[in-house]
This record gives sequence, C-alpha cells and structure tokens, in this order.
Amino acid sequence: MSQEEYRMPEAVSYLNSPKGWKSWLFTLDHKRIGMMYLLLTMVFFAVGGIFALLVRYELLTPAPTFAANTYNKMFTMHGAIMVFMFIIPIIPAALGNFFLPLQIGAKDVAFPRLNLASYYIFIGGALLAVLAILLGGVDTGWTFYTPYSIKTATAATLVTLGVFVMGFSSILTGLNFIVTIHKLRAPGMTFHRMPLFLWAIYATAIIQVLATPVIGITTVLLVMERVLHIGFFDPAIGGDPVLFQHFFWFYSHPAVYIMILPGMGIVSEVITVFSRKQIFGYRAVAYSSLAIAFISFIVWGHHMFVSGQSELANLLFSLLTMLVAIPTAIKVVNWTATLYRGSIRLGTPMLYALAFLFLFTIGGLTGLFLAALSVDVHLHDTYFVVAHFHYVMMGGTVMGLLAGLHYWWPKMFGRMYPETWAKVSWGFVFVGFNVTFLPQFMLGRLGMPRRYHEYAPHFAGLNQLSTVGSWMLGVGFLIMFTYFLWSLKRGAFAPANPWGGKTLEWQTASPPPTENFHQTPTVTAGPYEYGLKAMGT
Amino acid sequence: MTTATHGTLHVHHHFETAEQQYQSSKLGLWLFLVTEILLFGGLFVVYIIFRGLYPEMFSQAHHFLDRVLGSVNTMVLICSSFTMAMAVRAVQRSESARASQLLLITFFCGLLFMGIKYLEYTHKFHEGLLPGIHFHNAELTHPKAALFFSLYFMMTGLHGIHVLVGMGLIAWMIVGCNRGRFDAHYSTPVELTGLYWHLVDLIWIYLFPLFYLIS
Repeated sequence: MSQEEYRMPEAVSYLNSPKGWKSWLFTLDHKRIGMMYLLLTMVFFAVGGIFALLVRYELLTPAPTFAANTYNKMFTMHGAIMVFMFIIPIIPAALGNFFLPLQIGAKDVAFPRLNLASYYIFIGGALLAVLAILLGGVDTGWTFYTPYSIKTATAATLVTLGVFVMGFSSILTGLNFIVTIHKLRAPGMTFHRMPLFLWAIYATAIIQVLATPVIGITTVLLVMERVLHIGFFDPAIGGDPVLFQHFFWFYSHPAVYIMILPGMGIVSEVITVFSRKQIFGYRAVAYSSLAIAFISFIVWGHHMFVSGQSELANLLFSLLTMLVAIPTAIKVVNWTATLYRGSIRLGTPMLYALAFLFLFTIGGLTGLFLAALSVDVHLHDTYFVVAHFHYVMMGGTVMGLLAGLHYWWPKMFGRMYPETWAKVSWGFVFVGFNVTFLPQFMLGRLGMPRRYHEYAPHFAGLNQLSTVGSWMLGVGFLIMFTYFLWSLKRGAFAPANPWGGKTLEWQTASPPPTENFHQTPTVTAGPYEYGLKAMGT
Repeated sequence: MTTATHGTLHVHHHFETAEQQYQSSKLGLWLFLVTEILLFGGLFVVYIIFRGLYPEMFSQAHHFLDRVLGSVNTMVLICSSFTMAMAVRAVQRSESARASQLLLITFFCGLLFMGIKYLEYTHKFHEGLLPGIHFHNAELTHPKAALFFSLYFMMTGLHGIHVLVGMGLIAWMIVGCNRGRFDAHYSTPVELTGLYWHLVDLIWIYLFPLFYLIS
C-alpha cells in the first residue's frame, strides 16, 4: 500500500481522542497508561545513565576524583534507579500495557482503574526515592544489605519505603495482566495461539505477583529495623543479617527474570517477523518462559555463596542455578533455528534482536561461571560480576527493549523512525556496550573488586577503555533520543503493518483507535503463520 | 469508564458479558489474596527461624500474652466470618435488608476485635514489652526476649491493619446494601469483601496458636 493512503493526520486515534491534558492524567485507556509509563521510565533511564557516566568517570583514573561517600551514593543511585524505576517496570508496564490487550484482541486490560492506580502508586514510590536523592542520597548499594543499611545516616528509610510502594504497583500490574490473559482473549485466541511476547509477559506477571510481596515485607522490616530497632537483622540484639539477604534475593533473583523474560518475548516476535518464518518450536519457547519463572524462585542462594550459609545449601543452590540454563538455552536454540534459512531483513529491530542474542549469550554463559560454586568464590564481588549482570540486564533486557521500541514505534505513534540514524545509533550502542563491559570481565578475573572508588594502577588501562566505552554508549543513546523525538513530528506516516507482522496489533490502524479494534477480531490461526496461505495479512 | 448497554447495567465496556466480568473480578481477588499470604509468609519465615534459634525464649515470653483475651478475639473473628458468609448468601438471594444487618454485625465484631487488641496493646506498652530497643521488662530474663515482642507486634499489627481495611470495606458494602445497589444479579463486591474477610480471619487463626498457645 502506498504511503499516501496513510497521510491522515486528522485520523482519530488514542493519541488525539479525547483531547486535553486531563484526558491523559485520568485516562483509563491501557495505551495511554502505557505511554505515560514509557515517558516516566525513560526519564529515569536518562537519570540512571547520568549516574553511570559519573561512576565511570570516577574510575577513569586510579586515584579518587570524588570523595568516597559521594561515589558510594552515585553507584547506589545508579543501581537503585536503573533496577527499580527503569528496568523492572519498563517492558511490562509500558510495552506490556500497550500491547497485551492489542495482541489478544481485547478492548482494554481487565481492571482499567486499577491500572491507572498502579501508575500513580508507581509515581508515589518514585517520588519518595527522588526525595531521598535530594536529601543527600543513599550509600548502601541498591541491595540495602544489613547491618550497614540499619546504621547508615543517609536517607535509606525513604528509598526502601519507595521500593515498597513501587512493589505494590508491580503486583497490581502483574495481577491485572494475568486476569486479562485468562479472561479477555478474543474468540479463537487460545493459549497456544498467543504471541510469544504474551507468554513472556504472563510468566513475568506470575513472578511479579509471587515474588514482590516478599520484598514488600522485607522493606517494611528494614524500615522498622531503622525506626524501632526490632532486631530481626541486627546481630547485636540477636537478629541475623543473613536473613535479610535471603529475603532480599528471594525477590531480587526472580526480579532478574522480571527484567529478562519480557525482553525474550520481544526478541521472539522480532526474530520471527524479520525472518518471515514460523518460529521454530513455538510451544518450547512458550513453556520455557514458564519454566524460567518457576526455576527463578529456587536459585536465590547463589548470591550468598560466601555469606556463611551451609555447604549443603551452597551445593544445592549451585546445582539448581545451573538448571536455568536449560530453558534459556531452549530459547536461544529456537531463535537460532528460526533464523536458519529465513528471509532475514536487517531492520533496526532485528539488529537489536541479534545484539540481544549475542550479548545475552555472553551474559548467560558467564552466569555459569558464577553459578559454579568454586569459581564464584574467586569471582565474588569483583568486576566479573558487574560485567556479567550488565551483559544480562543491559545486553539482554535493554537490547530487547530497544528492539521492541523500534519494532512497535510505528504502531504506537503512527510515525516511522529514520532508519539510517537508527542504524548509526545501534552501531554506537553495540560497540560502546562491548567496549564498556568486556574489559570488566578481565578486570574481575584479575581481581579488581566492585564498588571501590580507587584502584591499583595496573588496572588503569582496562578501566580507561571501559570509561571510553561508556561515552560511546552515551552518544548512541543521545542520537536515539534525538531521532525518536524528531520522528514524533517529522517522521514519515506509518502504515498499519510496516513489517508484515501476523499478530493482532498489526491488524488495526497505526496508531490504534481508542477501542483498539472497530470490531472484536476472531482468531483463526497461530500468531506467526508465515508460509500458510490460509491467513492473509 | 461508563457502563455500557449490553448485558446488565454493571458490565463495563471492555467486557462482553456480566459472567466474564464476574469471573475476572474473582480471579483478580484470589490473586491478590495469594500476595497477602506471601506478605505474611515473610513474617512466618522470621517466626520459624527465631523460634528455631531461641525455643526457650519463646516459651518464656509467650506467658506474657493474655490467653483469655486472645481466645475471645478468636471467637469474635470466627463469628464475624460466619455472619459475613451469611451476608453474602443474603445478597445472592436479593435480601438486602438482611444482608445489611448481617454486615453490621460483622462490622461490630471487627470493632470488638480491635477494641480487645487495644486493651492488649496498652497493657503490653505498660509492661515495657515493646519491640526492639524500647523493650524494658525486668521480669523477662531471657536476653533475646525483645525479638518475641518485635514479632508479636509486627504480625498482629499487620493483621490489625488488615482488619481495619476490612472494616472499611464492610462499611462501604453496608452503604451499598442500604441503597439497593446489590442483589442476586450483581453481588460481586460483597462476595469479594467476604473472601477478603475470610482471609483476615484465617491468618488470625494461625497467629493465635503461634503466639498465645505455644508451650
């Protein structure tokens, strides 16, 4: 179809109907709520990114630039903002909110008012954390380990309260999604015809609902510990600081999969559509999401190999942790098999999906090093760990997010992004990422500990390389922000289905109307039926 | 969003049928109750750990709790659960006035529970059985005894907050019943409030023996 057919700027869509800022702030439309999440979490991404650049700047030279406690606050805020305000919420709350009802052919999520409420609860929690930064910051690290977090004079109470409140938002979103997927699928949309992004979101929602209450009670206990000295974690009164670590990781390890599963879902969509092939092993990919969610609950102890827990516990957690490799490898193998002999188009979403495959595989394999008990004892709390979780969280989740953002940008805003600039930016991000984090594996292996603001001179070369990489990353993201904003006003109008996708969101206008579909769609085939003539585009 | 015309009056626009909406609400609340159990679950884990570490301290400290008041409170909550169930049944039979009365009884049971809790708490404050560093009871000799009362206040306190929330919901349901908002065709809010109240009751039934009857 020609470009001209879509030159209808006056067309009614969720973006312009109803009008006015109030219609946004009080909207019950899942797409608008998703948009508001996207805007807010991207702001936090930028803030967290600035803290990251500051941290890398400090490490440019072996001698300290900032005072030690300033540095402690910087990496704490980088970690806490990125984890709790960006990487955990962004894909489920922004893209999930927007595309879940569209992909199952529903008009909205099951509880639209709850959806809006969870957005404002999230803002409330984020405000508490922002307030903590303004009041001087926190220096505990994003993990808030006791007993230091009980004793520090910085604003730890406010930040943990903020985490508690944002946890509520996460629970409510997950709950909403589970009910929506169970009860609001369009006629013919069986579980086995659901797009793989939704399987991933579904598995994520299960983790959100089952794990988040535990961090909720943990942060409450930490606040009580600070306010009333209830003594559960304070060894001076008979408490146990390792208990805090158990609680913390019982949530925070599954939370790693809250971060990565939605990214995996996006990659499944993008690789299929950009290879124009049915996904290889649909059910295996779908069920492996659930398997990852399940296993995520029984591996937390691998964060505590050197905490003094029993040898038996260490052995069991080491073994159980290895199990995660199975469903993850199933996914990677199936994606690769889907690429094999596909008619591949290297659009920007696909480039990011391939970057995900490449970087996440490195992140995953180095995870095995850390899961192995004996190796972990050597690598524990070194830069190897830092590199590993950045390869997973940034090389995995953020690449997945960027794949999704480019893939769905035309659908969300009705405009195309500029392909050339997007590829330039991708180049900076991909190269910059590797230049930043590959040296950190070597630093870790050489024994440089994490969270130190000065280091021995022989680590200087690799650290400088890493810092230069972080600047490249910064440039890449700056280009991206610029062309995204530019495209909102100047981008070419997007057709309804620019990539030839088969899932339902591509069967409605770009941007979609408020009610998503003019008629409730009836689904007659699976989501990726390329090569079957029965289903037209 | 406004209510649409298809189905009954209460079906929101994004649902096809009243049944679909009802099933969604119910699933949503069950999931929420699961999260509540996990929230308390964290505290139960703390309980198990400290009871395992300091068994003699637990058996010593629990004598400072009033078994009679605890038992009375247990009875009160069980009664309230019963009247709650009756109220749901009455609504499903469109007997609004009766439902309203039963809900009122349930509400007063909640009030009575909180009243007794208030008596217990003030008594504990008086005896210096406070959590953490504020603990200063001379009779309790065990050096870790403060942990028992930290747990006691955390768990019964969290439960108490849930009772208060439940009372708020029940009050809201009473207003709804009096205005004739609920009947056999639309009883979802009352049913869900009932489910929530049963969970609150259930949690207390675990708390009571764990704190009051452990020796």
